[in-house]
Amino acid sequence: MTMRLSDEEKAMRDGESGAAVAKAMDLLIRYGEALGAEDFVHTDNIAGVPGSSPQWVKEYYAADGGDYRAVFSRFDLDSDEVVDVPRITGFSCHLQGGMDPELWRDQGMSEEAFANFQSDEREVADHGIQVLKTCTPYLAGNVPVMGEHCAWMESSAVVLCNSVIGGRTNCEGRESTSAAMLAKRIPNWGFHTDEFRKGQHLIEVEVPVDSIFEWGMLGYFTGAAVEDTIPVLTGAISNAALIKHKHFGAAAASSGGVEMYHMAGITPEARTLEAAFGGAPRGERFAYGPAQRREVYERLNSIGECREVDYVMLGCPHFSVDQIADAAQRLEGRTVHENSALWIFTSRAVKATAVASGYEAILRKAGAKLMTDTCSAISQAIPPGTKVAAFDSAKQTHYLPAMMNIEGWFGTTQECIDAACSGKWEGRLP
Amino acid sequence: MATLDLPAPDIVIRGRKVVGGRTEGPALVTRQTISGWGGVNPMKGEVIENHHELKGVSFAGRILVFPGAKGSSGWSGIFHMTRLTGCAPLGMLFNVTTTKAALGAVVLRVPAMTDFDRDPLELIETGDWVEIDADAGEVRVWKNRNAGD
Repeated sequence: MTMRLSDEEKAMRDGESGAAVAKAMDLLIRYGEALGAEDFVHTDNIAGVPGSSPQWVKEYYAADGGDYRAVFSRFDLDSDEVVDVPRITGFSCHLQGGMDPELWRDQGMSEEAFANFQSDEREVADHGIQVLKTCTPYLAGNVPVMGEHCAWMESSAVVLCNSVIGGRTNCEGRESTSAAMLAKRIPNWGFHTDEFRKGQHLIEVEVPVDSIFEWGMLGYFTGAAVEDTIPVLTGAISNAALIKHKHFGAAAASSGGVEMYHMAGITPEARTLEAAFGGAPRGERFAYGPAQRREVYERLNSIGECREVDYVMLGCPHFSVDQIADAAQRLEGRTVHENSALWIFTSRAVKATAVASGYEAILRKAGAKLMTDTCSAISQAIPPGTKVAAFDSAKQTHYLPAMMNIEGWFGTTQECIDAACSGKWEGRLP
Repeated sequence: MATLDLPAPDIVIRGRKVVGGRTEGPALVTRQTISGWGGVNPMKGEVIENHHELKGVSFAGRILVFPGAKGSSGWSGIFHMTRLTGCAPLGMLFNVTTTKAALGAVVLRVPAMTDFDRDPLELIETGDWVEIDADAGEVRVWKNRNAGD
């Protein structure tokens, strides 16, 4: 199918706005046609990882200069030639990156890798892209509004944008976001259209889901149940808060591919069950009762055997300032065990607030490290010798042990902090 | 012409082109959705997700037949990297169109199809010989006669 282009879009494709925009349009048209999209929507809110790459990717493009320009052209724009990348004029931000800008040595990064990181970051800033360096742009200065067309990467941010805010974005990838930064267009498909946003399956919650731990478990159940479709949840869900949606969505996006969910009476496009479905409930019905809850817990803890915990990681998705305050309160007066380590991840913006508020000092005094920009999964950085890790995030439990070939435990934030201080995992299903 | 030596395909499935072109090779089939980032090691083209039925199996040089993409938005980036490392699949057939799978197929630049008249997961088994003729909207399948030997 051929996409319908405006005169302006045809001119962009044909090079009237420069070679980089033409390459961006070429990729976006190929992508739109692959989706079966009829046309584009305008977007001025784009979140991606433009041009950043590890050294080996740059070396792969050595014949093209092996620099940011080469990677942006060849990889991000999937272009057969290298083009000059102009300054980005749209509202564009860089999501999480590969290491902490100050604590990179603790993360085991080399001088060379750090130099590469700094070089990429200078290029990002010089190209007019905001250095948010977080998976939670909505906690660091980029909060969309209801109905705003966005082009975001980061599955946990995408699901939050669609479900909690009512912004409109598909789960974009690196190449489509980099191209959208230049073209300010994205295929008009999926979550940009009204009909696509309606619920497809019903989940009836029969056990009380109130704490962040319970919300995370329900999210992990939801993704496994509905895969990549849109669930509508109803029942015993309470105490909604941004951080709970953050954990729920991140878990649902990793165990399945959930990019939008509705919670009847809670999320903005689900004032009622009927509004969420666009009519009567349809699809399958799933019950989340005590048996399902236990099953989720056991599944998340099925890759833990040894109870000697070397590493506790918090901050997936990046901790908000209230979560850092909470962790500091739980850790105050205690010390991280000599056989263990506690790393907490957040954005630079939130860390600045945590420093100003005294939380970072409390964490540091206890022997914990507050890190920014990245997480253990993104950077593949864990303390040396880690064999067993513990997490309060279903998403990180899903990914990190598989990526690093280590054991993992999942529990509450309190259990994780206790494990960091005792070196032992004593979590159990409350 | 080599094609003269091939018998007529056992099965022909019609579908929609995602990425054009023609390719053929042995099928790798899974009924489970695939995560890209965090689910695939791009250095080997190997599935690494815990609990996945393809864990430890590489799709390099094979036609990947799967229900669809799930997980991180890094899906296209990871599959794109397999093109750089020489571990890309030869082609892709998937049932559910998502932005992840569509963009991944585009930047992999391998023939890919979706929206089939019959379910490839029901008709194609790992080891079958599959030809994707995406521009013609056709998937041709030769069943693996040696299966079980």
